[in-house]
Amino acid sequence: MTASPAGPGSDHPGRPAAIAAVQVTKRFPGVLANDKVDFHVDVGEVHTILGENGAGKSTLAAMLCGLYQPDEGQIFLSGAPVRLRSPREGLAKGIGMVHQHFRLVERFTVAENVVLGDPQQARFIKATEVEARVGEIGERFGLPINPRARIADLTVGQRQRVEIVKMLYRGADVLLLDEPTAVLTPNEVDALFQTVEAMTAEGKAIVFISHKLGEVMAVSDRVTVMRAGAVTGEVATADTSQRHLAELMVGRPVEVETRRGQSPSDVALSVQGLDVVEDGQKVVDGLDLEVRRGEIVGIAGVAGNGQRPLARAIAGMIKPSAGSVSICGKDVTAKGTKAARKAGLAFVPEDRLGTGLVPGLSLTDNMLLTRKRGFFVNRSEARAEVETAIVDYEIKTPSTEAQARLLSGGNSQKVLLARELANLGTPDGPQVVVVSSPTRGLDIGAAEFVRGLLHEARERGAAVLIISEDLEEVRSLSDRMAVLYRGRVAVEGPTDQLSIEQIGLAMAGVAEEGAA
Amino acid sequence: MNDTALVLTLAASMAAAVPIALAALGELLAEKAGVINLGVEGMMLIGAVTAFQVGDASGSLWLALLAGSLAGAVFASIHAFLCVTLRANQIVSGLALVIFGIGLSTFIGKSIEGQPLATDFRPVRFGALADIPLIGPLFFNQDPMLYATIAIAVLIGVYLNRTKAGLAVRAVGESPGTADTMGVAVAAIRYIHVMLGGLLAGMGGAYLILGQVPSWSQAGTTAGIGWIALALVVFASWKPMRVILGAFLFGFARRANFWLQGEGVDIPAEFLSMMPYLLTIIVLVVWGTRDLRRKIGAPAALGIPYIRDER
Ligand SMILES: Nc1ncnc2c1ncn2[C@@H]1O[C@H](COP(=O)(O)OP(=O)(O)O)[C@@H](O)[C@H]1O
Ligand SMILES: [Mg+2]
Repeated sequence: MTASPAGPGSDHPGRPAAIAAVQVTKRFPGVLANDKVDFHVDVGEVHTILGENGAGKSTLAAMLCGLYQPDEGQIFLSGAPVRLRSPREGLAKGIGMVHQHFRLVERFTVAENVVLGDPQQARFIKATEVEARVGEIGERFGLPINPRARIADLTVGQRQRVEIVKMLYRGADVLLLDEPTAVLTPNEVDALFQTVEAMTAEGKAIVFISHKLGEVMAVSDRVTVMRAGAVTGEVATADTSQRHLAELMVGRPVEVETRRGQSPSDVALSVQGLDVVEDGQKVVDGLDLEVRRGEIVGIAGVAGNGQRPLARAIAGMIKPSAGSVSICGKDVTAKGTKAARKAGLAFVPEDRLGTGLVPGLSLTDNMLLTRKRGFFVNRSEARAEVETAIVDYEIKTPSTEAQARLLSGGNSQKVLLARELANLGTPDGPQVVVVSSPTRGLDIGAAEFVRGLLHEARERGAAVLIISEDLEEVRSLSDRMAVLYRGRVAVEGPTDQLSIEQIGLAMAGVAEEGAA
Repeated sequence: MNDTALVLTLAASMAAAVPIALAALGELLAEKAGVINLGVEGMMLIGAVTAFQVGDASGSLWLALLAGSLAGAVFASIHAFLCVTLRANQIVSGLALVIFGIGLSTFIGKSIEGQPLATDFRPVRFGALADIPLIGPLFFNQDPMLYATIAIAVLIGVYLNRTKAGLAVRAVGESPGTADTMGVAVAAIRYIHVMLGGLLAGMGGAYLILGQVPSWSQAGTTAGIGWIALALVVFASWKPMRVILGAFLFGFARRANFWLQGEGVDIPAEFLSMMPYLLTIIVLVVWGTRDLRRKIGAPAALGIPYIRDER
């Protein structure tokens, strides 16, 4: 497809697309993040960019809003070519982006965040005027929010509303929502979809970014599928199916996974009455948890409800203020990371670089970090392991000696998983594994491989604890699951006996006591 | 008799507070925009030596003050360039600025060492008000720079908390990524406020030599005031009016000797000259403790370079 002078690809002859990218290419050092991508969204429509992590969705959106400039290709706004040199220029032209990682000033109130950078704002700010307009926008688009609240006091779902209000306040006609549902509870997702509907009804064009097929089918009019930086298809939602979209996304037919029944045996990881205090707040509050050999337990919940301190307390990285953690019968409470590992723990932390890998060391050296025995290191053995991992996980790296920090997020995660999951459940290897978001950032191929590894480890009798904000990830992997809310277990039970409504309510903190 | 000594000391403390307060207010502006500048002492020296030279040549107090202030701003632009454009480590760059400032001002000040300056600030008398006991000499018979400094603090407070531009500054210091997406020019704001910081530090240095110390004596001219100013920003939790109050306190500490001696108490001079560095250590401890920093209200992105492409 090439750019016609009248502007590119609208689905409505005679009416230009609200915003369009024609043959845009963006390179980062060593990666072709967008390769001759065509994309457009029409007025009053929702057009989804679907693709796995690393497919190039955020990069495309960043070019549409002015955060990045394309190396090649052209952006069109209502049919006219534009150059957006900064988000400020994008906003001035009515393009607003809601980033995957929120961009809010935590210390500011909602109203302060909303007027920040607004060229229409007079020199002196009248808070009441701003508050009134925020209220009015909230009402119109179903985004109830208290303009005087401080961001730091808001839930993730509320923060997202602020992000959207912010863009509407600035008069955005094109809204780019980058994976907006990733952090929401199911009920919040429903509310978001209603907001999207209200926005399209007013003639806004919505670019919706997601890797979740179900949502995409529910919310969008059209879908552009990306894989490895290139567009692999563009279809109307009415003419397609989840299966077809998945194939476009992955590049080959995908299997639907099945869960086998298991008979878990003795308890390998036991957490009792755990309290963790951070900044004077109880972030984990009297938590009990048991994981048996031969089972996968999943922890779900909206981010910031105690997942991170729980994982860190188990791994011995922080001292709980009360309660105990024992691994394979050994009490390791507050004994440090070394004791936990010695007792049989493998640990894949949330922040892969930093706690998981040493950014400045080579992959081989990183592989050697957790070796238990010996004084001298066996480099050739470690290098062989990295080589196997590179093949198994399809890790994209220049060599085994490349520094870990040079790898993309997905790839460094694969190295970390390869290290931590090796020999899991074998007599020599770790018996208990705690993994944060095991498949986050992985392409479907590698994700399948990791799932396979976790399942295998379970068969061998390892105890697996998965902690993830991605509800689907938890539901698809775990035999049992628990939902965390404010540092407590809000609901728990066998995964196939918990309904999505039950889980959703628990995530939002309105659960009834102890279901299932 | 002792009462008068105390009143005189208090009045002198308020004047002694001026250079500290000016420098701290400048540092507050830079830090609110997310840039810490340890180079305050260096900027003050540059401001002082420039003011002396210009005052000597022109005989105009106000011209000297202006020149000293501008010199401070220009000198601070080095820090802005290193930290904003080149994204250097702000601590290292700030320390370099101190060392460079000491060296450069010593060089410029070679010819004037030990010389007194002819001009001086005269107090502004508020008529009969100045004759009220205690309050009069303290508040209504001071030199104009004291009043100007308080006005500057009030203006900074209004600017940061009530205006659109101030909101943008605070956003840049808290979360530059957010400010950027909202259309705020992050680099420009950081440049401007680092330079405003230099301007006020330079002004502080200029006032010091024009109104307080008898002559230019190299690094001894500022005698660690720049470090006190740095600490003061932290102790004042980045609030301009608290900076003023704190500056009076430090000003009193610098002038208390006179009164205390009259009372028969003798504090070793070494103790006073040690104070700036002691305070600096405390500040660096605070700086190193993230939780503590957040609790006392440090801008969240203080000291962190902003890179748009960062993931
Ligand atoms: N600022 C950047 N610097 C270097 N590489 C980047 C940058 N942003 C994205 N990439 C790379 O570009 C590719 C696409 O990334 P992204 O657009 O974030 O994907 P998605 O949003 O679909 O998950 C990935 O391989 C990623 O590692
Ligand atoms: Mg993305």
